[in-house]
Amino acid sequence: MTVMSDTALQAAPATKARGYWATVGRRIARDKVSMVCAFVLVLIFASALLAPWLGLADPYQGSMIRRLRHIGTPNYPLGTDELGRDMLARLIYGGRLSLIIGILPVIFAFVIGTSLGLVAGYVGGRLNTAIMRTVDVFYAFPSVLLAIAISGALGAGIVNSIVSLTIVFVPQITRVAESVTTGVRNMDFVEAARASGAGPFTIMRVHMLGNVLGPIFVYATGLISVSMILAAGLSFLGLGTKPPEPEWGLMLNTLRTAIYINPWVAALPGVMIFAVSICFNLLSDGMRSAMDIRN
Amino acid sequence: MFAYIARRILYVIPIVISVALVCFLLVHITPGDPLVAVLPADASQELAAQMRTAYGFDRPLPVQFGLWLWRALHGDLGSSIATGRPVLSEVLRAVGNTVTLAVAAALIGFTLGLMFGLIAGYFRDTWIDKVATSIAIAGVSVPHYWLGMVMVIIFSVQLNWLPAVGAGPGGSGSWGWDWEHMKYLILPAITTAVIPMGIITRTVRALTGDILSQDFVEALRAKGMRELDVFRHVVKNAAPTALAVMGLQLGYMLGGSILIETVFSWPGSGLLLNSAIFQRDLPLLQGTILVLALFFVTLNLLVDIAQAAIDPRIKRG
Repeated sequence: MTVMSDTALQAAPATKARGYWATVGRRIARDKVSMVCAFVLVLIFASALLAPWLGLADPYQGSMIRRLRHIGTPNYPLGTDELGRDMLARLIYGGRLSLIIGILPVIFAFVIGTSLGLVAGYVGGRLNTAIMRTVDVFYAFPSVLLAIAISGALGAGIVNSIVSLTIVFVPQITRVAESVTTGVRNMDFVEAARASGAGPFTIMRVHMLGNVLGPIFVYATGLISVSMILAAGLSFLGLGTKPPEPEWGLMLNTLRTAIYINPWVAALPGVMIFAVSICFNLLSDGMRSAMDIRN
Repeated sequence: MFAYIARRILYVIPIVISVALVCFLLVHITPGDPLVAVLPADASQELAAQMRTAYGFDRPLPVQFGLWLWRALHGDLGSSIATGRPVLSEVLRAVGNTVTLAVAAALIGFTLGLMFGLIAGYFRDTWIDKVATSIAIAGVSVPHYWLGMVMVIIFSVQLNWLPAVGAGPGGSGSWGWDWEHMKYLILPAITTAVIPMGIITRTVRALTGDILSQDFVEALRAKGMRELDVFRHVVKNAAPTALAVMGLQLGYMLGGSILIETVFSWPGSGLLLNSAIFQRDLPLLQGTILVLALFFVTLNLLVDIAQAAIDPRIKRG
């Protein structure tokens, strides 16, 4: 009897030493794919951020005599674009604007959508109906169409492109947030908090937010992948960034005319969009399975 | 069943009205006077006032919306500013080409997606699964307009096998089901198919995995059922959800074709939308978006009904 309780005492602290998030963190750190993706993203973000200090060529400085050089040309490792500008410099500088217009809409939508979904899910009743039925209306449009409709009506520009993508993503995040919140609302600890006299605001902030944020965050990380593609897509159509700014979508657009002369240089900006998009997707998958402790 | 359908149709009515409202308001979020779009830049004040009355822009917004909706219900979506032709006929003509593209892409994407998804789910955590899921994740992450460019580079520029742009020889707008026309369809259809292929693979893989881990599968195997028949049960159970996802994807392909159609100059609704945006042809923009959104809503309705028809678990009360 004493022996048994001794082992139980020794075993107990070891099993509950780590909290939920520490466990999730460890599981992600052990996932090779997630770590490679995180590394690639850090590399792209850091080079975009530090672009002016990397000793690159001027991304705006063109030259008529060295247009559309091939990949591997001395001094131009990734060739030059249709105006003779260094592709390597433009791809790295291009990350600045491309990442901003791709990620900001998701961040804005995350804040707005989580608030709306949390309120709708917690308060319920008529407010829930009002919020969720409004969200349904936006679901009646395919997201590409909605983004293009709004930015087409607002006109070209970086701000308009961010606004239109935010409008596209808010309903999606609201729906996820609402369904997660509804699931948590009826749990015992929320009931206990209510019984102990906590107000709705306190309950939402202290007891619910921490429990719903994880799944919404994972969903939003996956959305960045879509957002990168759509944001660059809007620029590709001529609805986002304006020349001569280096931005991956716009670069693809202006290089389209060069596919008969120097096709592989023309395709380079898409590789960057693809890389960022796939890394965020895989990272989102990795986080989802790391948070699903049952497996 | 009929009660279910009736209820589902009733539920669509407020959605349709709201969709119309969003399309109506699109013109009003446009910076500046909506008249700018219909008037030449050097128009006189008098003409501007006349047009304002003619278009009803001087009335309160709710009245304008009511009138616009009433005309839209009668098939009058106004006239295109660029061509002067009725918007509805312009849109419907273009939508035909988009449907052709979307259906071709659906055939490719759905077949591959179902196949990869079932195989990956069935052989979970084997190398086959890894290959299939890698293809799927690449499919959902690829910027499809870039993939279109790469396809053109490989198959048109380098190999010279297939035409790069257009929907038929000589730039003719009329479609025909012969090889001369089909050649133009191949690259855009494959490019369009990539995203739905990825999404369906992922969905079906997850579904198959879930179903296989359920007790009834264990029971079927325990009673000695052949693996092929077990597989049939899996397919049956996965069908309703897979169908819903496919319906949604078809809708996305119809409504979200603008990028692909721009890359391939495919003369569908997306290309029409593109020119409407850049010519500031607001009635055409509004009309195209309305028609595409209504297509999407109708498709979703049909999918819901089909899903209820094949899945007895969905309540038909």
